[in-house]
Amino acid sequence: MSTKSKSIQNKTEFKEDERLQSVSKLRLLLNRPELGALGGAILVFIFFGIVAGDTGMFSAYGMLNFLDVSANLGIIAIAAAMLMIGGEFDLSIGSMIGFAGICIAIPAIYWGWPLWMSIVFAFSMAVLVGYFNGILVVKTGLPSFIVTLAMLFILRGATLALTRLITGRTQVPGLTVLVENDPLAWIFATDTFKWVFIWLGSMNLIDLRTDGTPLATGIPPSVVWFIFFTIVATWILMKTRYGNWIFASGGDKNGANNVGVPVGRVKIGLFIGTAVASTVFATIQVLDAGSADTMRGTLKELEAIAAAVVGGCLLTGGYGSAIGAAFGALIFGTVSMGIFYTDIDTDWFKVFLGAMMLIAVIFNNYIRKKVTESK
Amino acid sequence: MSDYLIEFNNISKFFGKVIALKNVTMKLKKGEIMCLLGDNGAGKSTLIKTLAGVHKPDEGEIIVEGNKTVFDGPKEALDMGIATVYQDLALVSLMSVTRNFFMGREPLKGLSLFKTFDIEKANKIAADRMAQIGIDVRDPSQAVGTMSGGERQCLAISRAIYFGAKVLVLDEPTSALGVHQASVVLKYIVKAASQGLAVILITHNVHHAHPVGNSFTVLNRGKNLGTYKKKNITREKLLSMMAGGEELDKLEVELQEMNRPSA
Repeated sequence: MSTKSKSIQNKTEFKEDERLQSVSKLRLLLNRPELGALGGAILVFIFFGIVAGDTGMFSAYGMLNFLDVSANLGIIAIAAAMLMIGGEFDLSIGSMIGFAGICIAIPAIYWGWPLWMSIVFAFSMAVLVGYFNGILVVKTGLPSFIVTLAMLFILRGATLALTRLITGRTQVPGLTVLVENDPLAWIFATDTFKWVFIWLGSMNLIDLRTDGTPLATGIPPSVVWFIFFTIVATWILMKTRYGNWIFASGGDKNGANNVGVPVGRVKIGLFIGTAVASTVFATIQVLDAGSADTMRGTLKELEAIAAAVVGGCLLTGGYGSAIGAAFGALIFGTVSMGIFYTDIDTDWFKVFLGAMMLIAVIFNNYIRKKVTESK
Repeated sequence: MSDYLIEFNNISKFFGKVIALKNVTMKLKKGEIMCLLGDNGAGKSTLIKTLAGVHKPDEGEIIVEGNKTVFDGPKEALDMGIATVYQDLALVSLMSVTRNFFMGREPLKGLSLFKTFDIEKANKIAADRMAQIGIDVRDPSQAVGTMSGGERQCLAISRAIYFGAKVLVLDEPTSALGVHQASVVLKYIVKAASQGLAVILITHNVHHAHPVGNSFTVLNRGKNLGTYKKKNITREKLLSMMAGGEELDKLEVELQEMNRPSA
């Protein structure tokens, strides 16, 4: 009897230990901010797999199509996510895209600069704009929402006014011929792994044009940049000292300051990051389209923030992930393109975008409570 | 060489016309716990900020290990081994124990350009340090938000000690805690002092201060009402000094008057 009860006791103890283990593992998973976005992405793919599985959405060409859209959004969403983790917003992302576009186009077309020099010029302007945003937020202590909202108007207005002043129009075409043989532009304008697609085409595994070349010509530069940004941002956040400072600055500005984190410098760096990411976005699109448009990038800042939020970033800062933002962008990109392959009217896309964001915010709020609840 | 780790001699601090501190003097040896008592507005915060290097005193001198010192900023005070643990603890509840422990002072590894945060080493140190004070952190990557108030306080103190504090300035470490949690923190403070740190414990709770303190300095309206060794003063006397004895007496009289009609 006594031995039996003892063994039962042992057994229960063992069981309890087991349960503790599994709870902590579940917790560990729940603690990851990108969980929601990963789940959402899987759901989206399952949905389109069922609804549009046989429409060509998941052909090589179709996939590159929605990956390209996702990747473009992802580039700015990741930078926006890092800034949000650092506790600030940048509403000037969209305007910066337009501004960067004409910073490339006008010198190249109207002033005769080599294209690479125009690109370097655009990136220099981005660093300046980002630095200005950052220093203004840090020095005045004003909410970045207001400061960058002002910058949204200033940059868009300046883009329009300067372009019309110099060119008399609102669009600057004619860049396509300049891309060839430029020592820098290829980084933003070259499809990669073309040989893979040619090989796939020759094996008749992917769709071909009538002239026999594959319909999908290669991995677009946006996707390469997107992957590069995701890896670098994740590395910075998880593996470097600067990453820890970003979380600390967003989590508790005063606390971080008190233990020696240079909060101001961290935030300025992040503002420069969003402006530079906007410029990468702009460069890819301008070189791809061959023209710059003063209205390019309109409302992109909100899409970037939405993707970051779906990716698990808290609006209050201190929490989030770059991988999450990447998945957030993938969700939006996939749905915005995928909707064409379904019978659903594309007008519904924005409804979806809003609903998705709401669900994400509610979910994230719940997660935050879980993470910080007392024992 | 002076016996004292830190000395404040006739420190005064003015903000415009307001006299925040007037001729405050206090001295601290290694291993000593001095409790700084005072009611709201007594000048405790100003004194802490002067200790932490945030404010520069307008009069008087600060002597650290026998050398006269002027702190140019909080960093300098920290470099001299004077670590201040503020009430907000400078902890980020969404971040892990480890990331909080090493916040701003992360250990690095790897090549110069690609130095990374050595999270394994940091995890190990953080878990070790917490284990030393009897807090079993099962997983140092758990968020600080999951810890109790007492544990957080201990984490903040432990962090300060790890990063070379000689003088520990604690701002109301027990004010937000329950009885049990407070006793855990107080025990840890005594332990830290026994290892050779000088501790300045700022509180308005005499019941927490009296058992652990070696000496007591009472501030009232920016003035030092005296420093007393433990054997020379009782809890009740401290309490009445803090509130300004007359005021308590007056209150008692007033209360009696209010009671009269109903009685």
